Amino acid sequence: MNEQTLPLKPSRSKPWNDPRVRALFFQLIAIAAVFWGGWALIDNTLANMESRGISTGFGFLDQSAGFGIIMSLIPYDATYSYGRTFWVGLLNTLLVSGMGIVAATILGFLIGVARLSSNWLIAKLALAYVEILRNIPLLLQIFFWYFAVLRNLPSPRQSVDIGGLFFLNNRGFYMPEPLAQPGFGVVTAAIVVAIVAVVIIKRWAKKRQLATGQVFPTVKVGLAVLIGVPVLAYLAAGGPLQWEIPELKGFNFGGGITLIPELAALWVALSLYTASFIAEIVRSGIMAVSKGQTEAAQALGLRSGLTLRLVVIPQAMRVIIPPLTSQYLNLVKNSSLATAIGYPDLVAVFMGTTLNQTGQAVEVVAMTMGVYLTISLLISLFMNIYNRAVALKER
Amino acid sequence: MSEAAIAPPKRPFAPVQWVRQNLFNTWYNTVLTLVVGYLVVTSAGPLLNWVLFGATFTGESPSDCVGDGACWLFINQRLNFFIYGFYPDELQWRVDIMFALLAMVFIPQFIERFPARRWLGLFGLIGLPIAGYILIPGGLFGLEAVPTNKWGGLMLTLILAYVGILASLPIGILLALGRRSEMPIIRGLCVVFIEVWRAVPLITVLFMASVMLPLFLPEGMNFEKLLRALIGITLWQSAYMAEVVRGGLQAIPRGQYEAASALGLGYWKKMGLIVLPQALKLVIPGIVNTFIALFKDTTLVLIIGLFDVLGTVQSTITDPAWQNVAIEGYVFVAFCFWIFCFGMSRYSQNLERKLDTGHRT
Repeated sequence: MNEQTLPLKPSRSKPWNDPRVRALFFQLIAIAAVFWGGWALIDNTLANMESRGISTGFGFLDQSAGFGIIMSLIPYDATYSYGRTFWVGLLNTLLVSGMGIVAATILGFLIGVARLSSNWLIAKLALAYVEILRNIPLLLQIFFWYFAVLRNLPSPRQSVDIGGLFFLNNRGFYMPEPLAQPGFGVVTAAIVVAIVAVVIIKRWAKKRQLATGQVFPTVKVGLAVLIGVPVLAYLAAGGPLQWEIPELKGFNFGGGITLIPELAALWVALSLYTASFIAEIVRSGIMAVSKGQTEAAQALGLRSGLTLRLVVIPQAMRVIIPPLTSQYLNLVKNSSLATAIGYPDLVAVFMGTTLNQTGQAVEVVAMTMGVYLTISLLISLFMNIYNRAVALKER
Repeated sequence: MSEAAIAPPKRPFAPVQWVRQNLFNTWYNTVLTLVVGYLVVTSAGPLLNWVLFGATFTGESPSDCVGDGACWLFINQRLNFFIYGFYPDELQWRVDIMFALLAMVFIPQFIERFPARRWLGLFGLIGLPIAGYILIPGGLFGLEAVPTNKWGGLMLTLILAYVGILASLPIGILLALGRRSEMPIIRGLCVVFIEVWRAVPLITVLFMASVMLPLFLPEGMNFEKLLRALIGITLWQSAYMAEVVRGGLQAIPRGQYEAASALGLGYWKKMGLIVLPQALKLVIPGIVNTFIALFKDTTLVLIIGLFDVLGTVQSTITDPAWQNVAIEGYVFVAFCFWIFCFGMSRYSQNLERKLDTGHRT
């Protein structure tokens, strides 16, 4: 036998071939690059600001703003501070986003279900809606509703009159406003009581069903309680609510709730546009539930309404929730297009007028982006919690 | 079992039966069909009249629009502005060449049997941007220079979208790889970058690019407005692209990574030859969706004062020379965008069907 052995050599690889050493090296370079870049950025910015005579810091927030805003949910006029303009803009953004999310969700679910309708005409119309609306830029749709539709409505004197209560003209949409009279607290209390009662009934019904198998008509009874109790309280208290109906005074309407055209156009466009995306999400969610589930439910003798409510929709929601969350986020971000038609949202009021007047670009942009960052993170946090609750639990 | 094997035999086409099954199968469907059908029929007449029969197509000035329909004459008269913006008339042949090249690259992609489709696609990725860089701004090879503030219209829309798409794809892939990396610091940096850009609206990014970018740069160094907008759009878009690509990377089974490592491939070869080709193929629909979204979002540059196709139309309909042509203008822009977006989405569905290797059935 050949007893020759290989010469023993320490099999040490070169340090740059060791993945750990390499990883460390690359990361050190990355950190150095980021720090160098950040330092250069700050240095440049400070130098540029100094040479242009821009002061730093958030002191400008206490100065008087001196400009008016066409719509605010909190008291505001030109004497208030720039800090106040931030809140006015933020609330306006939240208002239109909230209104948009509600309308887009309802419309999106309706159209998504219509896409799957057995009625050929309805299904094709829903398809046309989705394919047209989602392939046209949102900004164009906002312009269309604002400049082509709402601007061309008649003047206040010739406004479209709906039952003498609602009025539509080129200054906006006017609705009756409920004014709470003394004694309305009873009705509010009744609403709270009704909600608590419904929760208790639902728990009790579930317990009873688990114990005896008997189904309690929770939805019908719940609705009856939810509507009946407040109505009874309202009548018992002597109708403590007055409606202020908008009236034509001089050249424009007064009283009631006014939806300014900027808000109306933005709301309509955001809702219609986002609904086309939500419709597709809903459709794919429902289609993802295998047909066997429906058939099995029917074989058990469930009626079609119950099949949908107890079997199909809960499973479809798992597929629907995550993309729906992104659509809500998109809607909130897209509401910033308000600035193009002059609806006073955060971007228009704060990043537009305030920034122009104060020149505090860094602070203003940072605050605005911070708000959107916070909203985005909050929405995804809540939706993730909800998503975890409905997600498929597997062993 | 395949779908075809379990499908029922094909029935002969019977119109009456089809109508009864698809329109009047239950009482509520009958009611719906009648109500919706009535609405469709009554609105189709006035709509057709507005678009076609009562519309004005030829003439010289706004006074020629006398019909009760649309005034397409307006689009006809201003078409040059809507397509080229302020680009000098005598130099528009340069843009026309680019349009022709674009059509040459993309129309064959829809035709299954067209020869050399791949090479044309590759030309679209590499040759087209180079040709555009030479032709549109000019200044090289004796071509007269055209400053970016003269660019506009549909041409600017396409430039913004094309550059945004082309630049954001590689950056997005790098960010996605970084987010999946095992190095904690690189991963952290990528996560922060992606999440921050994705959480803010594009308008704020554009504002930042137009207002703050000059502050960030060293003194004496400045970009023009268009380039600043492009930088903003690219950074914003690459964050979205990164998330799409990450989805694809996550869908590749571990075995593929391990097999590549077992073959002795290094990181870049492993990713470039084994993982990324599979991952990108998986997420083509998602990539095209972000392209479509970007294409629509290029309209936002009008807010920082660039005249894309929507911007040119918007500025024309507020011109007192033409009155009450807003709807015509918007329909024209909507049609432009619709053609491109719908085409892209159809193309991605087509590609998806073709590349589907059928692992799911």
